[in-house]
Amino acid sequence: MKSNSIIELKSLSKNYAVGTETVKALRDVNLIIEAGEFIAIMGASGSGKSTLLNILGCLDKPTGGEYWLDGTNVNSLKRNQLANIRNTKIGFVFQSYNLLPRTTALENVELPLLYNSGVSNKLRREKAENALEAVGLADRMKHLSNQMSGGQQQRVAIARSLVNDPVIILADEATGNLDTKTSFEIMSLFQELNQNGITIGFVTHEPDIAAFTKRNIVFRDGRLIKDNGVKNISSAQIALEQLKEEENLQEKLELAYAG
Amino acid sequence: MVGRHSQISKLLINQVDKMNTLNLIKVAISAIKRNKTRSFLTMLGIIIGVASVISMLAIGEGSNASIKEQISTMGTNLIHIQPASRSRGGVQQGREMSQTLEVQDADFIRENCDKIKAVSPEVDGSGQVIFGSNNWPTQIISGNEEYTYIKKYDVASGRIYNSQEIKSAAKVCLLGQTVVDNLFEDGVNPIGQTVRFNKIPFKVIGVLAEKGDNTFGQDQDDIILAPYTTVMKRITRQTYLRAIVMSAVSEDEIDTASAQIEGAMRISHKLKDTDENDFEIRTQQELMSTFGSISEMMLVLLGSISAISLIVGGIGIMNIMYVSVTERTREIGLRLAIGGKGNDILMQFLIEAILLSVIGGIIGVGLGIFASNTVENIMGWPILITSDAILLSFLFCSFIGVFFGWYPAKKASALDPIEALRHE
Repeated sequence: MKSNSIIELKSLSKNYAVGTETVKALRDVNLIIEAGEFIAIMGASGSGKSTLLNILGCLDKPTGGEYWLDGTNVNSLKRNQLANIRNTKIGFVFQSYNLLPRTTALENVELPLLYNSGVSNKLRREKAENALEAVGLADRMKHLSNQMSGGQQQRVAIARSLVNDPVIILADEATGNLDTKTSFEIMSLFQELNQNGITIGFVTHEPDIAAFTKRNIVFRDGRLIKDNGVKNISSAQIALEQLKEEENLQEKLELAYAG
Repeated sequence: MVGRHSQISKLLINQVDKMNTLNLIKVAISAIKRNKTRSFLTMLGIIIGVASVISMLAIGEGSNASIKEQISTMGTNLIHIQPASRSRGGVQQGREMSQTLEVQDADFIRENCDKIKAVSPEVDGSGQVIFGSNNWPTQIISGNEEYTYIKKYDVASGRIYNSQEIKSAAKVCLLGQTVVDNLFEDGVNPIGQTVRFNKIPFKVIGVLAEKGDNTFGQDQDDIILAPYTTVMKRITRQTYLRAIVMSAVSEDEIDTASAQIEGAMRISHKLKDTDENDFEIRTQQELMSTFGSISEMMLVLLGSISAISLIVGGIGIMNIMYVSVTERTREIGLRLAIGGKGNDILMQFLIEAILLSVIGGIIGVGLGIFASNTVENIMGWPILITSDAILLSFLFCSFIGVFFGWYPAKKASALDPIEALRHE
């Protein structure tokens, strides 16, 4: 069982000093995430979900407890070692995409591998092309990031998170800037990636979006208060088709009214 | 199980510990390309700085070299004795009034100074030279048969007067090119003609080769050369000399030679130990070093003015890089999040700054060479572009890149990835 777990948190806590007060952002969090999971991390703002994501992403270090990532105890690592962990084991997807402007999709996706001298130029190009194919942008590799739609930009960002073969992809409100239809498209892509064996941690506050994942955990005031598997997982693909049908119907109705 | 895993991870971590420098340069280049206009504006300061250093130094070095060259056309081992200005009964007298140099002083030097190769008395006067219906105001200078050797005049055609003509104060002369041009129609051979200088007829026996202007802008071809005996007897009607000119045996012996001359002159003038010299010895090298130091001062002045513009250019780079760090905070956050280390970010921004200043430097060198050549063509100033100047400004650029790029780069590398990603 244990060899399957990618992430293991043991009574993890995180405190911030704000002025003279100490804010307890996370209290006694115990969590195991196994390979192949698609987990939604939910909670209101201030519940500690972003703090957890930062710690999971090795951007921040816990105050207490243990964090094991793919067999490594992250607590003991230094700043540069954390950077290497991020480079080789984690893929990030952000709400606002964070692509380099005026740069092609391909170059954006290559970026994480540029920080890994073990990857040759040829391999880097190959991996980036594969990642872009995996997100359905094979025909847009040379397009500049700022000339793409929001959905396409987020696909490029997902490709970038895939390119280093991470053990987990961490997405922070990855559909927050997108309309419903595009959100469903992106969720459909995540579901597809997950079916191919990629582990995904997905921070969101929208229950609709969380319904597409396999497991929901909920935070309140820094505590993990709910952790349950999703019984009837919605298919984003089906939701997307329904949405399209509704749109068609709406159009027909409007036409009928007009007539 | 966990233990083995962690060993493998450690191995992996070590492998990617250092980002390839080549990759960093790539990252920096693409960042520069992404902001073409800004990159160009950043470089502009350096471009102008380097171009002005190159052209200022080219002009400075050029005039320096041309002054030295012109002085050396007057003969580098030339030594000159002039009467000293002195006061008689409280009245300061100019050099022209002192009548201390005589022909026998020249003879005495010739006999007693072995470091002197050639000696000639020098007398001059001015007046109007007439040939046919043409006339021209000019200067007559005179010496013995060694005079042309000492003062580096060449005879273009005809001959120099001989010792017989000197002894007999013959009315013969050689003409400078300017005088020839102003007196004779094209195609007329001046040699064998008779010209009148202050009403005294001179037979032209030679024409001097063209020498051009000297350092002071005087036309060295606007002269008539005649035996000193002739000039003293028939034109100035004086027994004293304006100067004695000499050539030392070599440039290295000039100091010894002038010491010998001083000794000889004091004996010749029967000066007591307590008497001051009633003459002055000037060497061409003194003149050269005086002018050299003036033009070097100019060079330093020009150089430092343009160095200031380079520094201002460097501050421009720092300024833009600093703004760029703030503006690109999210980009830096992203780079940190996907595995860039603080050092990678530092190096990226530093390399960007260095690239900007070095590329600016290359363009600046090109522009500076172009500007110098334009100045030479339009203004006719002598220029000299030395490889030292190019190397110097180039090194200075790289230094500026590192120096002014460091602070913004350090600031970028110290950013917290979480804060940086949250930056709006």
